[in-house]
Amino acid sequence: MTTSAHAYSISRSSTASRVAAVAGVLVLIVLVSAPLWAGRADMRLLSEIFLYLSLACLWNLLAGYAGLVSVGQQAFVGFGGYMLFALAIFAGLSPLAAIPLAGLLGAVIAVPVALLIFRLRGAYFAIGTWVIAEVFRLSFAQVSALGGGSGTSLPVAIVRDMASSRSMREATTYWLALAMAVIVLAVIYLLLRSRNGLALTAIRDSELASESFGIDIWRNKFVVYVLTAGLTAMTGALIFLQKLRISPDAAFSVNDWTAFVIFIVVIGGIGTLEGPIIGVIVFFLLRETLSDLGTVYLLILGVVAIAVMLKAPKGLWGTLKERTGLELFPLARRVVKKKS
Amino acid sequence: MTAVLELKGVSKAYGAVTVADDLSYRLGDGEALGVIGPNGAGKTSMFNLITGTIRADSGQILLNGQDITRQSAARRCRSGIARSFQVPQPFAGMSVFENTLVAAIHGTAGPLAKANAHCLEILELTGLIDRANDPAGKLNLLGRKRLELARALCAKPRILLLDEIAGGLTEKECHELVATINTIRKTGLSLIWIEHIVHALLSVVDRLIVIDFGRKIADGDPKKTMASQAVQEIYMGVDADA
Repeated sequence: MTTSAHAYSISRSSTASRVAAVAGVLVLIVLVSAPLWAGRADMRLLSEIFLYLSLACLWNLLAGYAGLVSVGQQAFVGFGGYMLFALAIFAGLSPLAAIPLAGLLGAVIAVPVALLIFRLRGAYFAIGTWVIAEVFRLSFAQVSALGGGSGTSLPVAIVRDMASSRSMREATTYWLALAMAVIVLAVIYLLLRSRNGLALTAIRDSELASESFGIDIWRNKFVVYVLTAGLTAMTGALIFLQKLRISPDAAFSVNDWTAFVIFIVVIGGIGTLEGPIIGVIVFFLLRETLSDLGTVYLLILGVVAIAVMLKAPKGLWGTLKERTGLELFPLARRVVKKKS
Repeated sequence: MTAVLELKGVSKAYGAVTVADDLSYRLGDGEALGVIGPNGAGKTSMFNLITGTIRADSGQILLNGQDITRQSAARRCRSGIARSFQVPQPFAGMSVFENTLVAAIHGTAGPLAKANAHCLEILELTGLIDRANDPAGKLNLLGRKRLELARALCAKPRILLLDEIAGGLTEKECHELVATINTIRKTGLSLIWIEHIVHALLSVVDRLIVIDFGRKIADGDPKKTMASQAVQEIYMGVDADA
């Protein structure tokens, strides 16, 4: 065989990705300093955006890469939220310690759930995940120590324990939300860049070819499902730390924690790392400008979703990427001819 | 010749449809085996059984004397069986290079360090190096067929299974492909090639088997097998008289 392979090398970054990295760091610095310049309402909104970004990135990993189209991720959002409350109320843990623990418990509970629902395929899998979420909702509604069906509030003493002043508490929850989004993006980025990421991307494109080329599909999907569940539960804990109150209907809402999240990912571009970021911006722009319209706002969301699915089925970023090859996160491996 | 692959009475049926009926044969080390048969005879199903994407109802499949009948497709690939798909199955959203890298990293039991260099070599050999960064989904038919071959080779197989890799190509493209396959053969791997384009097949293979209704109905020297009564009946109708 030829030896001229030495005339090529593999590059993993591009001008676009380097510019994006610098821009990303600048945006992050601005966001970290938000408690200095932003008002209380703005910080709440930004926190909510970060937590939705986290949920969207995780659902995108699950559905867009591993092909696990779950409509039951609210199971883990609610579970994480309830674990935060349970650990704080019963074990007296500070919220800062309870949040990662809630994530860990979310991952643990995901193991038997996965063993059960991985027996289902396609639409059956989707429905199965929803059923699981309903089982979670009904189960937590039975726990009278956590307020049963009407829910409970986080005790004031525990909230005070986080930070003494109200502004410091708000800054802390804001930073936690920002950190959550950054951690999720970093974890997914590093995962997709690794050899496991190569396997996941291959599974996204063709399961038949993947298994024929040495990829253990079940194991890859299982790892993604458990990882996603853990991080979703952590995000859920943060969501309800911000709300300070939890009830089964709010915690396991399919609308809030799955339907909107799917909207974000589909609009932005499923199966791309950048898609959820674009999607979350679009979603919050629409919500902040239209939510006064009441139910008409939901109709408009539906119309936007249908229009994007018909005109740009790969989402806004997916369409842009297909036309330009643009990539902000340097995942691709490019073959570059060495100058001789 | 020692057998690298052996099928012992392999059968598979979907209800009343039998795709493999007591199929037995051996593939020698370094041997190139051609497979012909009418559409729907069970040729691709035979590949699916060998690679493990479907499981046999009965019978045994041995790789280097080891029973792999119950092994997963992924494991069989790492043990040295790689295939090209009749209907190309590229990882459409990944680049051509990344497609081959998947096979080189996940499809081999060997060290990772050499994966990049190996992929580049194979891409040169298969004439895809200039398209290495293109999304695989944008390749034309010839490109996709070449990618099927390149990806299978990047898994460093002991046994290469080619499923109608020449189908749909022009005469010239077909000649290039045959030349490439003959080059690959020099590295000592064994191959099984399902093909309808008989002259391409005959310019490569050492032996030919004929499959009809999941059964092996002929096995032997390519030219003699082509001239045999069984083949004449399948391809030309019952009467073999000219």
